[in-house]
Amino acid sequence: MNQKKTWTIILVLAAVLLAIRSFTGPGMAKVFVEDQRFAFKQAGEKEVDGAMKPAFEAVAPGTEGAIEWTTESEVPPRAYYAAEAASPGQSAIHLSTSRTIGVWVAALLTLFIFSFLYRDNPLYKFAEATIVGVSAAYWGIVGFWDTLMPKLFGAIVPAIVTANFMPGLKEEYNFWILVPAALGIMLLCRLNRSVAAVSVIPLAFIVGTTSGLKFVSYVESDLLAQTASTMKPLLVAAPALATGAADGTANGLSLGLSIKQALIFVGVVSGLVYFFFSVEHKGIVGKTARVGIWYLMITFGAAFGFTVMGRIALFAARCEFIFDDWLWLIDPTEKRVVVEAAVASVNALLPVLPGVGL
Amino acid sequence: MSFIDRLDAIDRRWIFLMMACAVAIPIIVIGLTGARFPEVPGPTSTATFETIEALPEGAKVLFSFDFDPASAGELQPMANAFMRHLGQKKAKVYCQTLWASATPLIEETLKKCLLTQSPDLVYGVDYVNLGYQAGNEGVMKVISTDYKQSFPTDAKGTRTTAIPMMEGIENTSSFDLIMVVSAGYPGSKEWVQYVVSPTLGKGKPIQLVAGVTGVSAPQLVPYFPTQMQGMLAAIKGAAEYEYMVNEVIKAANPGKPLPPAYMEAQRRMAPQLFGHLLMVGLIIVGNTIFFVKRRQSRSGSAMKAAA
Repeated sequence: MNQKKTWTIILVLAAVLLAIRSFTGPGMAKVFVEDQRFAFKQAGEKEVDGAMKPAFEAVAPGTEGAIEWTTESEVPPRAYYAAEAASPGQSAIHLSTSRTIGVWVAALLTLFIFSFLYRDNPLYKFAEATIVGVSAAYWGIVGFWDTLMPKLFGAIVPAIVTANFMPGLKEEYNFWILVPAALGIMLLCRLNRSVAAVSVIPLAFIVGTTSGLKFVSYVESDLLAQTASTMKPLLVAAPALATGAADGTANGLSLGLSIKQALIFVGVVSGLVYFFFSVEHKGIVGKTARVGIWYLMITFGAAFGFTVMGRIALFAARCEFIFDDWLWLIDPTEKRVVVEAAVASVNALLPVLPGVGL
Repeated sequence: MSFIDRLDAIDRRWIFLMMACAVAIPIIVIGLTGARFPEVPGPTSTATFETIEALPEGAKVLFSFDFDPASAGELQPMANAFMRHLGQKKAKVYCQTLWASATPLIEETLKKCLLTQSPDLVYGVDYVNLGYQAGNEGVMKVISTDYKQSFPTDAKGTRTTAIPMMEGIENTSSFDLIMVVSAGYPGSKEWVQYVVSPTLGKGKPIQLVAGVTGVSAPQLVPYFPTQMQGMLAAIKGAAEYEYMVNEVIKAANPGKPLPPAYMEAQRRMAPQLFGHLLMVGLIIVGNTIFFVKRRQSRSGSAMKAAA
């Protein structure tokens, strides 16, 4: 059997299992919400920054003349089952169609992205394009409401902004903001070739200020502070509270801490020697540089190990989402009352693990 | 084709499938059985825990959520454990973010961790969500001198001067502790560079603990413990810290079972174990293939030379 057939069988099997899961047990991927009603009514006025503004107080929903709105708060499915058991047909907790669709979209997009591991395909391209588009839109909205509105418009036309969009903002003119606004517009000139040269000016400003900011902080935190942390005595006294035994402490000295300090010292010196190319790496210099290479290799190995850990953690989180929130196969956080049918179907899929289940 | 040749030419998709099984099967088994692996806290996680544990009741803690949903799988368990610990310590929690997409994560964490544990807490008195501010390290520089200049309103648009718990908050030195959960830039490194380091050796230095991704952990280790009093490195650090926080919560609520949601990070250590075992196995197999093939090619060359 060639590889293509094998993979086709694996993928078809996964699709069949998914279809079986969709039609067994109490369902899957349902999101339930509880309505929360809020009501506020004007109760006189209060002074804010020397001006009188209407004051509001919370009142019971349904009060005449009150401003009311309803928000939906997600609740675990077990809350819905409990509410239904207590009062069949109740409407306080109900299925949220939009959020349920959201779970399906999230799950399918996850699978579309994973499909790239098999090979590049249109589903992966679709998911990739969706992420790019949604991210751009999100950043656009956030940029407008969190930066342009309060920082730019709020400083140029504060009365309009506070009256219509952001009542909490201080009504204060600040026309200095026009300087960065102009620089921002100049930066956009890159889009038009005839005036593209203008964008060099704000770019120079950005490069200059960033260099200045970073230079000082790097010298302070990465050069001076790190150098000070390295230049410590090689023989380290045991901490006052250390019992000594576990740490190898003897005669007031901590063996463990002293070895640690010596390793740091050797690592710093050998690492520096390795990157010192003005002297040929021969003799004692070559041997020290060789130690430096070993330190670097161990560092790269640790970095690789951490990266693997990070990537597995992300994959595990997506798997947990698929098995828990979407398929309802597992319930590690007890969001649902035990979904017995789902558990039974999982046990049926895992004959190698007899006895596993709830 | 020999076995070694077959292994050498194996389709990479079999490796992907093996990794998928190594991660997915433990998740299903753990999800069904509720089993957990024991955790032995390491020095950086213990230092993080002890720094927070040493806070007095009502301590002011600035909590910066500098990550996005893409890294939430690794960092959200840390943020959750941090928040539960702060709730246990009855600290005043000031949440903010320098990452635009983290705003919903703050709301979610406050709701699921702080308010579930302590429903009596009052917004603006015990905790506040100051939301997102654009400007990366520029914001850090400004809040080091004038916090309310960078955060004139909270996430809901309420003026910060009108929020009771913002009284007395002048700059980052006004906080007893700064906590950062970060995925990249701007993140823990920038907090050390722009906020903590300028205060070193000048009166009372700012205390900082951070939870970081595995990718960024190695470059942040040198800051511990002088410039960073504690650090949770990747999901392993989160699991260790979560274990210690859970012990505190269990001791404070004797006889009360710990909700399974409190073991998010520890639950994810099983897929880590099997995923790492597979990686180690693959590295050994890969190296074995390399050395066997090198020996074969050398012996082949020697035979040709002899002929």
